[in-house]
Amino acid sequence: MSEVRAKVRKFIEDNFLFREDGSAISDDTSLLDAGLIDSTGILELVAFLESDFGLQMADADIVPANLDSIKAIVDYVETKIAKQQAA
Amino acid sequence: MCGIAGFFGAPDASLPRRALLQRMIGAISHRGPDAQGVFTGPHVGLAHARLSIIDLTSGQQPMATADGSLCVTFNGEIFNYIELRDELIARGHRFRTSSDTEVILCAYEEYGLSCVEKFNGDFAFAIADHRNRRLMLARDRMGVRPLFHTTYKGCLYFASEVKALLEVPGVTATLDPYALDQIFTFWFPLAPRTPFKNIEELPPAHVLIAEGGNVTVKPYWQLSYPDAADADAYDNRSAGAIAEELRTLLLDATRIRLRSDVPVGAYLSGGLDSSIIAAAVKQIQPDRLRTFSVTFESEEFDESAYQMDMVRALGTEHSIVPCTTADIGRDFPAVIRSAERPILRTAPAPLMKLSQLAHSSGYKVVLTGEGADEVFAGYDIFKEAKIRRFCAAQPQSKRRPLLLKKLYPYLPQLKTQSQSYLEAFFGAQSDGSDPLYSHLPRFQTTAGAKLFFSAELRKALNGYDAMEELREKLPADFARWHPLSQAQYLETAHLLPGYILSSQGDRVAMANAIEGRFPFLDHRVVEFASRIPPKMKIFGLREKHVLREAMKDLLPAHISNRTKQPYRAPDCQSFVGPGAPQYVKHRMSTGDIATAGYFDPVAVGKLVHKCGNQKFVGFRDNTAFVGVLSTQLWHREFVQGATVASNIPYAVA
Repeated sequence: MSEVRAKVRKFIEDNFLFREDGSAISDDTSLLDAGLIDSTGILELVAFLESDFGLQMADADIVPANLDSIKAIVDYVETKIAKQQAA
Repeated sequence: MCGIAGFFGAPDASLPRRALLQRMIGAISHRGPDAQGVFTGPHVGLAHARLSIIDLTSGQQPMATADGSLCVTFNGEIFNYIELRDELIARGHRFRTSSDTEVILCAYEEYGLSCVEKFNGDFAFAIADHRNRRLMLARDRMGVRPLFHTTYKGCLYFASEVKALLEVPGVTATLDPYALDQIFTFWFPLAPRTPFKNIEELPPAHVLIAEGGNVTVKPYWQLSYPDAADADAYDNRSAGAIAEELRTLLLDATRIRLRSDVPVGAYLSGGLDSSIIAAAVKQIQPDRLRTFSVTFESEEFDESAYQMDMVRALGTEHSIVPCTTADIGRDFPAVIRSAERPILRTAPAPLMKLSQLAHSSGYKVVLTGEGADEVFAGYDIFKEAKIRRFCAAQPQSKRRPLLLKKLYPYLPQLKTQSQSYLEAFFGAQSDGSDPLYSHLPRFQTTAGAKLFFSAELRKALNGYDAMEELREKLPADFARWHPLSQAQYLETAHLLPGYILSSQGDRVAMANAIEGRFPFLDHRVVEFASRIPPKMKIFGLREKHVLREAMKDLLPAHISNRTKQPYRAPDCQSFVGPGAPQYVKHRMSTGDIATAGYFDPVAVGKLVHKCGNQKFVGFRDNTAFVGVLSTQLWHREFVQGATVASNIPYAVA
């Protein structure tokens, strides 16, 4: 498990899933469809990504394609970090 | 306004019947601190706690007819009692008092069970008909006044509040898991269900008739809307003609609600609806008007600038009470003791402070703007549904969803929200044929809080679907109504009595012996409004359009044109941080959560940690926190009976 994935999963479990049975969501589960993140909860996620990974998220990046599953978030964060390091 | 209680049948003999009635009515004496009375007859007992408002000298209850064949105990008001009294006198009846209570007795003598259809009012009453060995219970059309009942060992018991029923030996409080599931979906249980297993409420606009061992519950009135395909079913007159008649009707609804032998005040929220009512009162009684309002520290919730505008415009004698997050935290257990159910918002707490202010100012009756948002389509949920349907009609349009951003200008969290998330959240693409379409985003977000249910509770629920039960309860012709009518029905027939008029209305007002009266909920206004074409209610995106047009000359222009700001109060921030009340730690502790058994202790622990440490907490977690805490307080109060035993005074100090 990548370090990013572990951190993201833990954040989702602690702050949105709350329950012990963390395996109840897979990396592909849609966080919106599963009722885990509502329209305001997404701002918590953005704040976490910006503070814990040192990212700066443009408004255009705050879209379900980037943030609606653990896998999508991990892909987004890893791509973004790679870009920032390359720059 | 008052409290009522009683039984029909043979109560358990362990307690003398008068003592039983005294205990029952004693549990709700806050509703009527002025006098108490009990009546016992063969197979029946009635009790009454009185808040004297009409006919202060001879209106004592329970009240019997001169021949003793009928006896009534009555909570509320029959506002058209003067007209009914004249009508009954013309038919040969004679009156001994000038009370509306006696009008109920005579109307029953004259019209029998259908007397209730004659009444324009907010009422819950019980009539013991000795000749027919019958008990009749009735409740007003909109559900302003409460009435609960239960059957234990073959005897029927009823009361204004559940706490009176819990005084009956053998009747105990157990949580109904389906009710909790409904509350964690809709904000309230679906009547007749209550959070108390085996205790039901008499639904609004229903009567209960007990005779010969049979109990029948049936509606005597139903909220209905025109068939959308039948253009002639709507009021097809010009907008001007409709507005004019609406104004006349609303002024009359206000006029009969000023009938009282004690002074009547008004609440001022700063919004359109209470401003209209206060202005209408000034039209009818131009002399003195006393008004009351609550203010908040946070700009996000406070409306005091608008309140003061109305005070100046109308020249009222005004009092305010500030409400802080600390007040909400401190008073919340008293709110749950009053509401007798878990709730998902703290908004009733400031209203309890407001009723305390009115009470300590020497008032017993206030008029408010309650009901206008349901009856004239003021809530954002109506506009939200309209925009969602508009988007769904052109799913590829990039411009239509921009309207969603305009919806909630008062929610700071949504201002920074990205377009695609708003679309995803509001489900603009979802199935428009679902009868609950307008409410799906709200219900689905709320139901997210069910995540915290314990494994045992989930097992007891066994896949139960609250939304499916609501769909099954909808009227047969619901599918033929206009989408706005459908959404209005869900708010008016369900949320209004289930939450607004009860947890946020009667219960927090009566905790301080304050009777609210609501001109917008006069059934003549409700019936008239149901036939107004939807486009006159929401004109473009201007909510309550026809109401504004009808009343605009009575108000300052900026109040008359003000966009709806829903009444809200701070939620979980009232219960966390350094100033958090001590009880929160105990009620939300792993031990207490596990003992009650409704929620998962580990998950609740994480929620408490999150709410205490994160600067920003979203809708679902606020909802969950208040829902879990209120359920835990409910459990402590009613299942464990903590404060009943310690006899803590009722009203908030």
